[in-house]
Amino acid sequence: MLILTCPCCGVTADETELAGGGEAHVRRAGPGASESEVEDYLFMRENPRGPHFERWRHAYGCGKWFLAARDTATLEVFGTYPAQTTEPPEHIRAAITERHPGWRWRDFS
Amino acid sequence: MSARLPTGGRLLDRSQPLDFTFDGKRLHGYAGDTLASALLGQGQMLLGRSFKYHQPRGLVASGAEEPNALVGLGEGAFFEPNQRATAAELHAGLTATSQNHWPSLEHDVGAVNSALTRFLPAGFYYKTFLWPRSFWKHVYEPFIRQSAGLGKPPQEADGSTYEHFHVHVDLVIVGGGISGLAAALTAGREGREVLLIEQTAHWGGRAVVDAPQIDGQSAEDWVKSALQELETMANVRMRTRTMASGLYDHGYLMAYERVSDHAPATPGPRHRLWRIRAEETRLATGALERPLSFAGNDVPGVMLASAVRDYLVNWAISPGDRTVVVTNNDDAYRTALALYRAGLAVPVIVDARPQVTGALPQAARDAGIRVEPGRAIVKVDGKKRVTGVEIGLQLGEGGAMEHIACDAVAMSGGWSPAVHLWSHCGGKLTWDEAQALFRPDASRPPRGDKGQPIASVTGTANGHLGTAAALADAGLELDVSEPAEEPMAPVWIMPQGAGPALKRKMFLDYQNDVKVSDVELAAREGYESVEHAKRYTTLGMATDQGKLSNINGLAVLSGALNAAIPATGTTTFRPPYTPISMGSIAGAARGPLFQPVRRTPIHGWHEANGATWEPVGQWRRPYAYLKGAEDRHTAVTREVQAVRNSVGLLDASTLGKIVVKGPDAGRFLDMIYTGRPSSIAVGKCRYGLICNENGFLVDDGVVARLAEDTWLCHTTTGGAEHIHAHMEDWLQCEWWDWQVYTANVTEEWAQVAVAGPKARAVLESLGGMDVSKAALPFMTWAEGELGGLPARVFRISFSGELSYEIAVPADRGMELWEALLQAGAAHGVTPYGTEAMHVLRAEKGFIMIGEETDGTIIPQDLNLGWAIAKKKEDYLGKRAQERPHMADPKRWKLVGLEADGGAVLPEGAYIMAPGENANGQRHTQGRVTSTYYSPTFGRGIAMALLIHGPDRMGEMVEVTDGQGGAITARVCDPVLYDREGERLDG
Ligand SMILES: [Zn+2]
Repeated sequence: MLILTCPCCGVTADETELAGGGEAHVRRAGPGASESEVEDYLFMRENPRGPHFERWRHAYGCGKWFLAARDTATLEVFGTYPAQTTEPPEHIRAAITERHPGWRWRDFS
Repeated sequence: MSARLPTGGRLLDRSQPLDFTFDGKRLHGYAGDTLASALLGQGQMLLGRSFKYHQPRGLVASGAEEPNALVGLGEGAFFEPNQRATAAELHAGLTATSQNHWPSLEHDVGAVNSALTRFLPAGFYYKTFLWPRSFWKHVYEPFIRQSAGLGKPPQEADGSTYEHFHVHVDLVIVGGGISGLAAALTAGREGREVLLIEQTAHWGGRAVVDAPQIDGQSAEDWVKSALQELETMANVRMRTRTMASGLYDHGYLMAYERVSDHAPATPGPRHRLWRIRAEETRLATGALERPLSFAGNDVPGVMLASAVRDYLVNWAISPGDRTVVVTNNDDAYRTALALYRAGLAVPVIVDARPQVTGALPQAARDAGIRVEPGRAIVKVDGKKRVTGVEIGLQLGEGGAMEHIACDAVAMSGGWSPAVHLWSHCGGKLTWDEAQALFRPDASRPPRGDKGQPIASVTGTANGHLGTAAALADAGLELDVSEPAEEPMAPVWIMPQGAGPALKRKMFLDYQNDVKVSDVELAAREGYESVEHAKRYTTLGMATDQGKLSNINGLAVLSGALNAAIPATGTTTFRPPYTPISMGSIAGAARGPLFQPVRRTPIHGWHEANGATWEPVGQWRRPYAYLKGAEDRHTAVTREVQAVRNSVGLLDASTLGKIVVKGPDAGRFLDMIYTGRPSSIAVGKCRYGLICNENGFLVDDGVVARLAEDTWLCHTTTGGAEHIHAHMEDWLQCEWWDWQVYTANVTEEWAQVAVAGPKARAVLESLGGMDVSKAALPFMTWAEGELGGLPARVFRISFSGELSYEIAVPADRGMELWEALLQAGAAHGVTPYGTEAMHVLRAEKGFIMIGEETDGTIIPQDLNLGWAIAKKKEDYLGKRAQERPHMADPKRWKLVGLEADGGAVLPEGAYIMAPGENANGQRHTQGRVTSTYYSPTFGRGIAMALLIHGPDRMGEMVEVTDGQGGAITARVCDPVLYDREGERLDG
């Protein structure tokens, strides 16, 4: 039962209050995109053992979506941040670097 | 024979005798007994049969780790199978039944399996699947079916109630032995909020049985004074009969309280599930004694040395007149001394260690007990009961040097810390070579959300086996007088050189009948990983989860692989620690509380007027209204005809209603819908489709433009919540700079469809706003007053008839419904349900989400291209619909089907194509998506998806009839009723 803090309302919530929404920072490939770009967008996902970026919704709370950086092996949460961003903020990256120097996740490091 | 001694038993209240039954036999015990101790007190040692060979089995242990003594408890609505007799407290009238045998416990036909031992080796379950095929059907399967399974499931609905507790504390301590009590004293004195839980009914753990002197008093008195002090602390809560079942992600601890199993007449819940969030979880879970592996170690009468001691000290049970003790450590000598002090005979202590020099062995020798170092039990004699043991050299191959008559054997293979909870959530273990045990590795704990350790371990569970060491580990440095112990010897098999014949009789896992020979066979066959060997042999996979067998099995595997134990590693412990009831997991969420029922404002009227229900999401919608003796079919036919010929009423309140508002609302809806809602004029309505990014159709409904910046989106009944969530997802996560606000207002409105040629007449007789064709043409809406009610009237139709949907504030819904019934009385107004609604829409060829769609259907498949704004640059799903498979002309497309002779085609039937595939299955070219009896046409009608469907009008196809045959049907236009749309436009 994970605990995540909703950056929108500030509530520290049990997993039962939240709904997972898959991988974060997926870039939309719309009309004009190539077949392989569309396939990547719709189907290709990361499956790391270690730091990962996820979408969560405070479904039984304020209803807002937010993003979380989490270690899939140790379950450590490096932080949560608003969904209105295209890349993880600096303080989240720094928290990951502290545990996993030299980490990479897609284009981020 | 086991028997009750005339005196003693620290937990017994002999002034309170209790009657109970076992397999219908009336037996007697005392308050304070467990079912296990009471049965032993009555001489009942044979308690069950093993799973695979149906070997006779008796009690091995005295606590939660017991593998054999599983019984059914209670009767009828209170029956529960697979309960451990050692964990069942005796109460008056307790009813216990033995299980896994036929026809009786004493004479079990299945025991013939034991004669087949050689043919049921490790991996039996896998091997039988292979060859020969006919053997599986005629030999293995009937055999496995007859012998498989433990207890029988209850036959009645559970008569007990259950509940959940949600608890937040600073510190939860698991285990009420002296370490747990010491930890609670320390934390309680610091003022921390503490919850201390203990799985049994008693505090003090092993210390009160083994009786060291603590702080100048007996262990019993020390425990009493600790409890007295804890009870005065307002910040400390204590619960017995509460077992921590699992430690989960981020430190979530689940505990299982058996509130009234011991006193069934008590009002209130039977079990309670505690869902605990603690800043810190301290595990003081103690240790479990290990059996030794010698031939015949499963014969009833062979027990753990600590269990023999527990039964004797706690419940005054003599395991038999003569008990042989066999050990690889000093602790078992406590059992010999306890038996001696109780006046019972210990003919010999068989000690595998070559040198035995400790204080406890010395005390045994001083008492005149014969001690035999360097010796092993070669074999146990007896079948349903121990009659004696053969003794030989531990270093030998099994030659018997001496036969010793006895009726019980007390064995000890050393102790294993109970590390289960530590391991549940990823805590790692370290091998302690000196004590030959795995203990928690404090440097690799299970971790929480901040990377912090979520559990710590204290006392015996931490590998501190002595009383003084355990107390010190828990934070109390106390004066303890206990004899010093010499090191144990890591002896796993007795004797060391035993051959295959003996190893086939050495049991590791009693409940699943896994023997030393099975684990060695698994290793020989290449199952070298401990996780593979576990699954191949089923070692540790029974309901006791290998509490006794784990380390021994591991040691045997390591021996067979010639590897060190830590190199072989352990299997993963999984929750729950011991089984918990399904009722406790459900808690109060059962029956009407299982999930909430959503009711429309008109629900009560439906209920009172013959509604037969169809669940739709959490709503209950009337499927049809049964009048008098009508069946469903007759009612549906009547309702359809009423709508076609006069007028009907449908409670449409459950339809989703989402308001979308803001400067960018039009632009936003143009992305959500395949069409262009931004171009709907204020006062107009338009049908819209919503696809996901994969291009698949997920919802449909009528969109009405309420104002320049406001739209009302109708969704399907089941779609309201997830379409609202879908909109919010895109607004919050992709187009967060667009100024749009959405609100799900589904429950704020009651909505009634008035459909049929007389619909306008009914509304006109209600009085109020102008609902004429000129004022309110098809696909428009208007706001006004109808029959004195504030209303929004939508001129939309899902039936193909002249139709109005009238929305009023929810609290006026019942008024509207009754006004419409009254105003329509002259026309025979008829309430209709969801099935008539389905038939009406199918006659008209309207698709239904969830019938024509299943998550793999795009609008183009349903000939709904007209609802897609093709010139629009973008909408959700647009790009995906251009992918090659989506644009493939061979996709199945919507058609109607007319079966020969007017038959109703089966739901989900396939349209067959010539030939067969590689599996000998008929090729298909389409399938039926909707099929009904049409009262309007007097025959069956169907909608279907068919390859090249729209190009094949008039063609005959073959549809599966569900019984291996075929029905011939003609491909036709799915729109059967009023193709010109005159009625709905009327
Ligand atoms: Zn929130």
